[in-house]
Amino acid sequence: MKIVVAIKQVPERDAQVRIDAAGKWIEESDLQYALNESDAYALEEALQLKEKHSGEVIVVSAGPERVGTTIREALAKGADRAIHIGCDDLGARDALGVARLLAAAIKPENPDLVLTGLQSEDLGLGQTGVIVAELLGLPHATLILHVERTETGVTVKRELEEGWFQTIELPTPAVLTIQSGGNKLRYATLMGIKRAKTKEVRRLTAAELAVDAAPVVLLEQVTLPQKQKSTQILPGTAKEAAAALVEKLKFEVRVL
Amino acid sequence: MSGILVVVEQRAGRIGRISWEAVAAGQRLGAQLGLPVSAAIVGSQTESLASEIATRPLSKVVRVEHPLLAQYTADGFALALQQFIQAEQPDYIVFPHTYQVRDYAPALAARLGQVLIGDVVAVGDGPVFTRQLLQGRLNGNYRPTGSGPCFVSVQAGAFRAEPLEENAAAAQATTPATITTFTPTLDPAQIRARPSEPYRGSSQTVDLGSAQLIVGVGRGIKDAESIPMVEELATALGAELAASRPICDNGWLPMERQVGSSGQTVSPKLYLAVGISGAIQHLVGMKGSQCVVAINKDPDAPIFEIADYGIVGDLFEVVPALTAAVKAAKQ
Repeated sequence: MKIVVAIKQVPERDAQVRIDAAGKWIEESDLQYALNESDAYALEEALQLKEKHSGEVIVVSAGPERVGTTIREALAKGADRAIHIGCDDLGARDALGVARLLAAAIKPENPDLVLTGLQSEDLGLGQTGVIVAELLGLPHATLILHVERTETGVTVKRELEEGWFQTIELPTPAVLTIQSGGNKLRYATLMGIKRAKTKEVRRLTAAELAVDAAPVVLLEQVTLPQKQKSTQILPGTAKEAAAALVEKLKFEVRVL
Repeated sequence: MSGILVVVEQRAGRIGRISWEAVAAGQRLGAQLGLPVSAAIVGSQTESLASEIATRPLSKVVRVEHPLLAQYTADGFALALQQFIQAEQPDYIVFPHTYQVRDYAPALAARLGQVLIGDVVAVGDGPVFTRQLLQGRLNGNYRPTGSGPCFVSVQAGAFRAEPLEENAAAAQATTPATITTFTPTLDPAQIRARPSEPYRGSSQTVDLGSAQLIVGVGRGIKDAESIPMVEELATALGAELAASRPICDNGWLPMERQVGSSGQTVSPKLYLAVGISGAIQHLVGMKGSQCVVAINKDPDAPIFEIADYGIVGDLFEVVPALTAAVKAAKQ
């Protein structure tokens, strides 16, 4: 099975974020970055499918130079090779613009499956995989927890709301967006990290892919959310705060 | 036609609250822009559902009907709505932000050269659509710049459906909206996926929905070995233990204890969130709680936006102190 996994580098989950001077995005200069969590699950699913059925796992990621570290991480975990779409203006493109870049890079590979996480932790659009499928003319399924290969395609387990699930049969090639939690994530081994250094990372530029970059939707302004409730912060040491909270629970919330 | 089209979703033959909220959002947008608001329901045998929708103050209700739409598929719904939208030419198309909409609406929008503005929490002048970024830590204001129809989906709970119901009573006194039928051209070969009927995951032995007190634990707990510390607090309080998704993903607590969009929805008297940052997927499952208490080391964590009481600090110090204080208070 030839599987392409589209991955994204996002600010680390615990990173302190500040709105940039223009109010259009966040201050990126001192941020730490990581592999988007559901993309890590997509990579894991791909690696397990490869281990079961043999084949090749190719990761593709769009973004500036720094994305290289996340690509190396994916290679260290076991991906065979990578495509880095060099792109410094990712933020200026909308979901369709980014999907066009990915689709253009994926198309010549003719994979059996394209996997990606169900959504990114930064923009949280949750659309890229679905639009890539549309652009490639492939069937898709979203929120997938498990993938099983069949004679003609795949059978997948799709998560629905409130604890419901569904099984879907899809012909391949197909695009799947992967929900987190379906597998246990692996860590890169020392050997994996060493090997990753010699694996192929093909560099493409957004310009080479010659896709339409003009957005139809614009992120115009970034703001701090307004509080929905006025939170009473209980100060002091852990012990003092705990005592104050018990008072509140007893006399105001009346649950003790 | 120009105007606003709301695509109402049915689940198991019923229209969920989030769809009425989408209608409310459509009507707010319609009032703002001076545009008529209509609704569509996609499926097969949607007659009674359409009549229910038609009691709302809408210019019309359209049944997008085809036997191949009896069961949801992304291909079927995208094709049917594509044809309908091309025939109707609405300016705005409003959806509820459900798992189903997330599955097909991005493809539908892309097919028409557009981008869905998904999971919208507010509509401002312009119109500008606000959606959350970075797991709810920031808001982003999005403006459509293209010339085609604008696709928007609205987050559960963001637009109140209640005022609409009052309107519905008023509208019912007059005449209901006209119901028409649109029959798309669909071929079975165009539907590539074969879905099964939905099924329940595990037999739910834990009914968090009726719990009065809940202690929810999140990623801040760091490892499985620390779960018993929070469990002890829950026991001291007489509370049920619940968790955010990553805790269940890691297998530290069983899936049936998960609260959030993919787990259970709870509305206890007290929800004590321990090490939960407050991503929207979790908040939708617990924001109906009467009192929310959050313990988190990050003062900017989104959970504090909906918390009544907060303790900013190291949960590994606060939780044992709280357990001791609760035990003492109960003696």
